[in-house]
Amino acid sequence: MKQKVTSIMNQLELGKANLTVFADTLIDLAKTDKNIVVVTSDSRGSGKLTSFAEQFPDQMVDVGIAEQNLVGVAAGLAAAGKKVFAVSPACFLTARAFEQIKNDVCYSNHPVKLIGISAGVSYGALGSTHHSLHDFAALRALNNMSIIAPADNFETRASIICAAAMKTPVYIRLGKRAIEHVHETDAVFEIGKAITICDGGDVAFIATGETVVQALLAAQLLGRQGVSCRVVSMHTIKPLDIEALVHAARECKAIMTVEEHLVHGGLGEACAAHLLQAGIALPCKIVGIRDEYTFTGTQLDIFKNYGMTAAGLADAAVRLVKQE
Amino acid sequence: MTTEEIKEKSIKYRIKILACIKQANAGHTGGSLSCIDILNVLYNRILDVTPENFDSRNRNHYIQSKGHSVEALYVVLADKGFFPESDLNTYCRHGSHYVGHPTRQVKGIEHNTGALGHGLSFCTGLALGGKMDGRNDKVYTLLGDGELAEGSNWEALLSAAHYKLDNLIAIIDYNKLQITGWTKDVCATDPLEEKFSAFGCSVQHVDGHDVEALTKVLQRVPFAREQPSVIIAHTIKGKGVSFMENNHAWHHHVPTDAEYAVAMQELNQALIEVRRC
Ligand SMILES: [Mg+2]
Repeated sequence: MKQKVTSIMNQLELGKANLTVFADTLIDLAKTDKNIVVVTSDSRGSGKLTSFAEQFPDQMVDVGIAEQNLVGVAAGLAAAGKKVFAVSPACFLTARAFEQIKNDVCYSNHPVKLIGISAGVSYGALGSTHHSLHDFAALRALNNMSIIAPADNFETRASIICAAAMKTPVYIRLGKRAIEHVHETDAVFEIGKAITICDGGDVAFIATGETVVQALLAAQLLGRQGVSCRVVSMHTIKPLDIEALVHAARECKAIMTVEEHLVHGGLGEACAAHLLQAGIALPCKIVGIRDEYTFTGTQLDIFKNYGMTAAGLADAAVRLVKQE
Repeated sequence: MTTEEIKEKSIKYRIKILACIKQANAGHTGGSLSCIDILNVLYNRILDVTPENFDSRNRNHYIQSKGHSVEALYVVLADKGFFPESDLNTYCRHGSHYVGHPTRQVKGIEHNTGALGHGLSFCTGLALGGKMDGRNDKVYTLLGDGELAEGSNWEALLSAAHYKLDNLIAIIDYNKLQITGWTKDVCATDPLEEKFSAFGCSVQHVDGHDVEALTKVLQRVPFAREQPSVIIAHTIKGKGVSFMENNHAWHHHVPTDAEYAVAMQELNQALIEVRRC
């Protein structure tokens, strides 16, 4: 978990899809490590793994459309000494195969790297069967599991490199669309250590995954209105960086958490629980997908509907600071 | 080990299984008595898995998919020296690692089972990993016939056949009973041979209580090149104690003091007879 990787990106330029970066990183790792094995459930195309499969056919396993078997086989391969990346759409991987994740991976403590692709509402208008708005909540409840939602290409590459070296289970959820770089070139990534992207004293945005760029844009909007914002990329949901959270809560007037997940059981409630137990009370808002039949549209349409784009976040932040 | 010694072990194991269940006042009696001869032959004649080589990858593997018959596994592992037999006095007790289903906290166990329908997928991965590295080790797993209703088993067989895993051996403890009653009355998993054959496995039947027949069939795997092997072991749930045999009520029933005394009498008598032969 201590492995550190440094960014070489330029902030807010549009990058690649995190999925593509994941696949490229795996190819780089496999070039020098024959133990890297990818297991997919007929998902090599959606996982951008076609090139990996062509270059490393002996390190590619396809179990067909069978997510339970995907995870069980991945656990067995891990027990056989392989560095296994089990790759499947996040919606199916974390729901259909939940018991395999619970028992064969977490309880048995086999170091499988579960990669949930096209996570959150990446699949947009394909509807709720294809959304994963439960995965943080479900997997947070499992002992031994680490959970990472990379914000951009740098965090994605870094988390895959770190995951390859991990001796315990990890779940990494990746988005589908090309994503803006959120970090400066001197950012450093370490699992369990949040990255403070910009500092401020009025509102702290604690965001994760592909909502970090929205929080950063909101901070820029608010800055022009004289509201000073801190943006923290909480890429690791479990174990949560409590130190960074407590610092933000002590040094800012209000906290907003942002996540591409149901408002229940995810980053927001994890932060709220820690703050309450630390005896810290301050204005706080959990921003995410409401508990309802999910609005239809693209990922960004859905973000907009739930106040998760820059404008929506900025409005909510102003109201929160004014205690409206 | 001679056949007579193996037969004697089977009875001694049964005595220890019942003692373990009785003192804990918990356990899965019928299934452990059903599969103990299979475990006996595996650990004493086939696997060559010992406390000394257990931490190496270059050895055979046994994963008990029907995790609830854990007393049978504990008794055999203790006999093989993985842990002191006295540890079993803590079975299911406060703070003990010896819980009611296999866990890696116990030396000799390499995967946690208990939820049914998980073993075959795990073994498929383990067997595939061995093939990838050019190892010759075999992966054995034991499943219940009731357990075969879990769809994940059939997902696993698809990929085991697809990847031509002839180092994978699935043994079915075919006692034809499950917790509710006869498997054919609950939700039939028969006909087994036709199903496994259709899924690309090569299948053999054996009397699951005949230690010589078990030895022979297990020595012949794989039955076909590039195919997973399935052994349908015809067994009797509760085998070895007259009133427990073929009675689903003994799935996880613990004997009363009177029942325990009769069971021990029967098993001790069997021990005398096997020694006389
Ligand atoms: Mg049965």
